[in-house]
Amino acid sequence: MPLEILQAIEAAINGLSTGIMYALVALGFVLIFKASGIFNFAQGVMALFAALTLVGLQSGQVPFAHIINAIFGTSVHHFGWNVPTILAIPLTILVMVAFAWAVERVVLKHLVNQEPIILFMATIGLAFFLEGLGDIMWGAEVKRLDVGIPQGGNLWFEENTAWLGGGNPDFFGFYIDTLSLVALLIASVLVTGLVIFSQYSKQGRALRAVADDHQAALSVGISLRFIWVLTWSIAGIVALVAGIIWGSKSGVQFSLSLIALKALPVLILGGFTSIPGAIVGGLIIGVGEKLFDFYMQPIIGGATENWFAYMLALVFLLFRPQGLFGEKIIERV
Amino acid sequence: MLYREAGDFKTSYNTDNQTFPIKFDRYAYWLLLAVAFLVVPFFVNDYWAKSILVPFLIYVIAALGLNILIGYCGQLSLGTGAFMAVGAYATFKLTMAFPGLNVFVVFLMAGFITAAVGVLFGLPSLKIKGFYLAVATLAAQFFLIWLFTRQGWFFNYSPTGMITMPERQVLGITVTGPTTHAATIYLTCLIFVVGMAWLARNLTRGSVGRKWMAIRDMDIAAEIIGVNPLIAKLTAFAVSSFFVGVAGALLFGVQLGAAEAGEAFGINKSFLVLFMVIIGGLGSILGSFLGAAFLVVLPVFLKVLLVDSLGWSSDLARHLEIMIIGALIIIVLIAEPHGMAALWRSIKDKLRLWPFPH
Amino acid sequence: MLDQTEGYTTADGRQIGGVVMELRNITLRFGGVEAIKNISFDIRKGEIRAIIGPNGAGKSSMLNVISGFYNPQEGDVIYKGYKRPPMRPYKVARMGIARTFQNIALFEGMSVLDNIMTGRINHMKSGFLSQALWWGAAAREEAEHREKVEKVIDFLEIQHIRKTPVARLPYGLKKRVELARALAAEPQILLLDEPMAGMNVEEKEDMSRFVLDVNDEFGTTIVLIEHDMGVVMDLSDRVVVMDYGKKIGDGTPDEVRNNQAVIDAYLGVAHD
Repeated sequence: MPLEILQAIEAAINGLSTGIMYALVALGFVLIFKASGIFNFAQGVMALFAALTLVGLQSGQVPFAHIINAIFGTSVHHFGWNVPTILAIPLTILVMVAFAWAVERVVLKHLVNQEPIILFMATIGLAFFLEGLGDIMWGAEVKRLDVGIPQGGNLWFEENTAWLGGGNPDFFGFYIDTLSLVALLIASVLVTGLVIFSQYSKQGRALRAVADDHQAALSVGISLRFIWVLTWSIAGIVALVAGIIWGSKSGVQFSLSLIALKALPVLILGGFTSIPGAIVGGLIIGVGEKLFDFYMQPIIGGATENWFAYMLALVFLLFRPQGLFGEKIIERV
Repeated sequence: MLYREAGDFKTSYNTDNQTFPIKFDRYAYWLLLAVAFLVVPFFVNDYWAKSILVPFLIYVIAALGLNILIGYCGQLSLGTGAFMAVGAYATFKLTMAFPGLNVFVVFLMAGFITAAVGVLFGLPSLKIKGFYLAVATLAAQFFLIWLFTRQGWFFNYSPTGMITMPERQVLGITVTGPTTHAATIYLTCLIFVVGMAWLARNLTRGSVGRKWMAIRDMDIAAEIIGVNPLIAKLTAFAVSSFFVGVAGALLFGVQLGAAEAGEAFGINKSFLVLFMVIIGGLGSILGSFLGAAFLVVLPVFLKVLLVDSLGWSSDLARHLEIMIIGALIIIVLIAEPHGMAALWRSIKDKLRLWPFPH
Repeated sequence: MLDQTEGYTTADGRQIGGVVMELRNITLRFGGVEAIKNISFDIRKGEIRAIIGPNGAGKSSMLNVISGFYNPQEGDVIYKGYKRPPMRPYKVARMGIARTFQNIALFEGMSVLDNIMTGRINHMKSGFLSQALWWGAAAREEAEHREKVEKVIDFLEIQHIRKTPVARLPYGLKKRVELARALAAEPQILLLDEPMAGMNVEEKEDMSRFVLDVNDEFGTTIVLIEHDMGVVMDLSDRVVVMDYGKKIGDGTPDEVRNNQAVIDAYLGVAHD
């Protein structure tokens, strides 16, 4: 194959890796949207917070160290112990569940009957609050996250795709980070699990009932509050997974929360209520960004990933607002 | 007792409709204006001007603009930062190309250019609403910033990628550039604020404002009773962008002096103005003032309290600021969705009856 | 039978004119469902025309076709002698058609006065620039229209709540404000979608009186959907009966009351 095509494919594969990351964050959005019609802007920050908590627990950081030191003039930073990953992850999950419970009690309960735009703005406030909280609790420096996921260029993949170069000395086979392969696997498992949960389990059915009609769900005895805590907890766990994978790749830092913004176009493409749609949307955006940049950079310059996803989403909004897999919205008077 | 409207009956619809129906309010307003124009310029120093007064005035204009779009017309926009950038870069290009052009006129023209851009990016609002529209405005935000940082024409191919405001005079007084007096900067912004607030008040009290609010409250019903949604939404985008563009022009032209789109007008700016509008009060002119004041003063207050007095690190202060703002947004939306302006109104209501409890 | 243009005088002295709107062979589909199946009827100037029928018969859809919100796939709406092409609802409003809604569609962020002022939109001429600068013309016009609105407020006896935010009003008053908003537009045809829904006897009497007064004083043609048979029979000049999207009766209240098809589908045992 000609080198240019190979490079394009490599860009596309690169894009798939990013796409999985987007998809994982988008997944959390879909869950909360499905259950409560709320677009949770804080999902990205939840991923950041989850990752920060995990690293903090693993390395035995003292939470709120900076502020404690500032008030009391002390200089503590670490407890001195390290929590093994196998314990740290469940502990982080507990923290995310506690967070979900707190959000329901403090925020959601009071905003039940408000219009979606108010709820959306509340989640923006929540995102900022959580971001500040995470920074104060664990510190804002970039941290390394390591839970033992294999990383680095996958040799097997590289060696086995070398033949596509047709003997071209500049082509060594496609580079793909093993982490991305693991991410793809985890994402598939997660999606399958969530779809099964949503379709076949009692709670999943309750979730769908709540998504359709709060009043009706209440009248058949479903506890709205419990469902919301459940949904936000699951979204929190999904956020943790996203945070772990993204953090393993690029370190735990503030930019993780900016991915929340990218998730919006992902959802528009995939449909706000479709779990598989989040994955498909994420992959399309990921691949699309890289390919667009690959072909357009010589013409209009680089860094087009900054806006390509949003423009694509805009086009979708104008012609197919329900996305690829979402439900069509009809308005009646 | 002091704050009285008993006996103050209105005899025409026009007086019933005025901005300050209560005498006390009206006098207070004129007094405030007099102090702002005639007293403050003599006492303002560089620090107060640059860190509080001038940013406050500039953000009032931006908040007024965004409030018109979100609070009055119900169209959510996260592109405020980029539209401010349009105002700034338009100012730069215009004043560099036409150095003899009165810089106040340049600021206004920059506003009109931003209005045109706003209409363009507002076109999707005809088909999409709510937070779907927010995504469309994000497209505007990221695309425009990319444009201003990557396409050299916009910053006259300067190697740093920054735009700088040259020195300009109006009526012989230097109004832009590094040698400008703090008082001049303050007065420039004050003039624009008074003019634009007056514009905003006029538009929102008449049928234009009612059409916007009708679209906001129930756009289907609005159309059925005769509101043309295309015109209503696009005028909202146009007017809002005009305001935001002028704010951006002023921010660059008199406050910063030099700017780079990514730093000065990024998505954080969009959120900042959005928070001003939410905390101050959606759909309220006064709210825009209160929100801008609050969010300009808060970081300064925290810095003075925590960093200067208590010796905390400025990072910590910044994180705390973010937490407080986030928490406030939630509190405002839960407790008083119409923000500080509504709080103000209930205080005034109590004052009207004082010393009686009800 | 009367022809299209001849008018007549009713027993109580009201003047009914010629046909002002005609619905001809209207068919309306939503995807695979036919909400309205080939319905034709006419509406005369100055009359009170009721549309009745069981739930789901397609009555609200019919009203939506008349007000231009839905465009029928087949058939024509003929207004004042001319076929009305498919057009956006706001253009239809400008032709003099106003309506109220089954589930209240007031602007909850505004006061009663502002809501009713929105009804004047099609009569307000001052342009954007003159509003922005609040030139003499804009302020004058605002006062003029305020006067007209105050007349409507007096007529419907809602002076005491004119500055109240609409969201705070009880259901019955909201319905009245919606009627005021429709009246403020000085419409030629007024469409009322279940104006008495959810009201007690007293409120219904008040509302019926208002409807009659509107028709009497302003000569407004009224088309109303209503379930309360007493109200329908007392108020209307002619009735259209719909069932499952089809027309099963059309005539004066007496004619319709004794129509077997109507009795079977809707009325039950005929009253004496």
